[in-house]
Amino acid sequence: MSEQRIVAVTAGLSTPSSSRLLSDRLAGAAEEALRKAGGTPAVETVELRDHARGIGEAMAAGFPTGDLKRAVDAVAGADGLIAVTPVFNASYSGLFKSFFDLVAADDLEGVPVLAGATGGSPRHSLVLEHAVRPMFAYLRAVVAPTAVYAASEDWGAGAADGGRAHAALADRIARAGGEFAALVSGGPRRRRPDPYEDPVPFERLLRGE
Amino acid sequence: MQFGIFSVGDVTPDPTTGRTPTEAERITAMMRIAEKAEEVGLDVFATGEHHNPPFVPSSPTTMLGYLAGRTERLVLSTATTLITTNDPVKIAEDFAMLQHLAGGRADLMLGRGNTGPVYPWFGQDIRQGIPLAVENYALLHRLWREDVVDWQGRFRTPLQGFTATPRPLDGVPPFVWHGSIRSPEIAEQAAYYGDGFFANNIFWPKEHFQRLIDLYRRRYEHYGHGRADQAIVGLGGQVFMRRNSQDAVREFRPYFDNAPVYGGGPTLEEFSRETPLTVGSPEQVIERTLEFREHFGDYQRQLFLIDHAGLPLKTVLEQLDLLGEEVVPVLRREFAARRPAGVPDGPPDHEERKRALAQEKDGRQETAEEAK
Repeated sequence: MSEQRIVAVTAGLSTPSSSRLLSDRLAGAAEEALRKAGGTPAVETVELRDHARGIGEAMAAGFPTGDLKRAVDAVAGADGLIAVTPVFNASYSGLFKSFFDLVAADDLEGVPVLAGATGGSPRHSLVLEHAVRPMFAYLRAVVAPTAVYAASEDWGAGAADGGRAHAALADRIARAGGEFAALVSGGPRRRRPDPYEDPVPFERLLRGE
Repeated sequence: MQFGIFSVGDVTPDPTTGRTPTEAERITAMMRIAEKAEEVGLDVFATGEHHNPPFVPSSPTTMLGYLAGRTERLVLSTATTLITTNDPVKIAEDFAMLQHLAGGRADLMLGRGNTGPVYPWFGQDIRQGIPLAVENYALLHRLWREDVVDWQGRFRTPLQGFTATPRPLDGVPPFVWHGSIRSPEIAEQAAYYGDGFFANNIFWPKEHFQRLIDLYRRRYEHYGHGRADQAIVGLGGQVFMRRNSQDAVREFRPYFDNAPVYGGGPTLEEFSRETPLTVGSPEQVIERTLEFREHFGDYQRQLFLIDHAGLPLKTVLEQLDLLGEEVVPVLRREFAARRPAGVPDGPPDHEERKRALAQEKDGRQETAEEAK
């Protein structure tokens, strides 16, 4: 089986960020499940903070360049995408959205997505369902049923809860990783014909097709 | 090879003085710039078409008709004429009239226009942009070639026994370019008809336009108009020059930083790296323009954008002096030296198209006689 290219995009801003931490855990779970299924995953992580200036400039100029262009191309060419955002003002961060605004509408069609979000409070966990999932639905990507939200308390609430929150997060990560791996293993992406390579013949355009 | 200038016709404040020219001043300036283009030995002036402020050229053939009377040699063209929102019948009439007034020195570049609100002002819908461009041009193409047209389509009322007047000068339709920045369908359209293809490459990186032009060339050959390297390609480019390149950068930077099309994004240096924008000495402009040939193959028309971003008229006229005296003569020589035999050195002009039409007619007559 050929290599499965997994790209993990994380929009965390601090170093280390909990979004990066969650992204790495999700990538680990996905890799493990893909290997078990006989696959050979290769994960590349894109930290959006590294592209913060480029994303702003690409918005004004209309096109991404340099390392940012390579990151956008990697996402467009991925066999599976892991996407993790911190929750800002009750939604995904602006940087996260702006990056995906640079991805062409067709480029993620049919691509399996494992979505994650982090926040200080568990009260925003539905961000994954009311913001992140609809955005990928618009892009016609296939989001794994389990999306993983990690609040501060999930990273380990100390001895107080006997490690239950931490274990529950680990379970969610493993389940999400497994679902994502099943989608990625479901076969190679069907890609649309490249209109620059295979244009619609003009006779068909003339007939209004 | 043809060299010229194209203008968007924007009314932009001069950021160094804060002053915004009046519409009257901008229109007069555009005409002065076009006349100067002929004086310094350039070949083409093309104006944009816009129907919203801050742009003035809503009525291109009026402007070009004026210039037809004021110039002798200059080819008068557009960048672009909206094939989506203009009635193709009116385009057929306007440009045939212009052709007569200009003695054949007129051609046009068709484009779709990407400003959504403009479409409904003319009774159209931007979501139908490509189908409008396809249907309207198919009609325009017939109106210039058939004396009496019966026609029915999706987007305008049917025509019965209609004759567009005046008929094209000498029966030769104006040469058409199809301009596009992103649509493979438009490259395909240009290739199908054997028309010219203009890639307005000024605001995007070259990799994208290489794909678009490559598609046009490949399909031009596929439709039997000639070899891929004989297809008629035009390119844009925006330049600002001073003899000393540092002076050019220093003078242009406030215009770049404040221009609606550039400001707030990448720096002047980054934008220059990624797009054809060249701010520097005439030698740098020569070097950069010759690189276009490396990227896109031998091409037939180069249009420079030099009057944007609020630059004052005096500065623009100085740019034209530099283009005419130092840049274009070298480019003509260098492009000619590099162009292989069999690759056209420009789009076909009126006389050439007239001869081709006569040969075609003779060919048809001979075939008809043989058939008897």
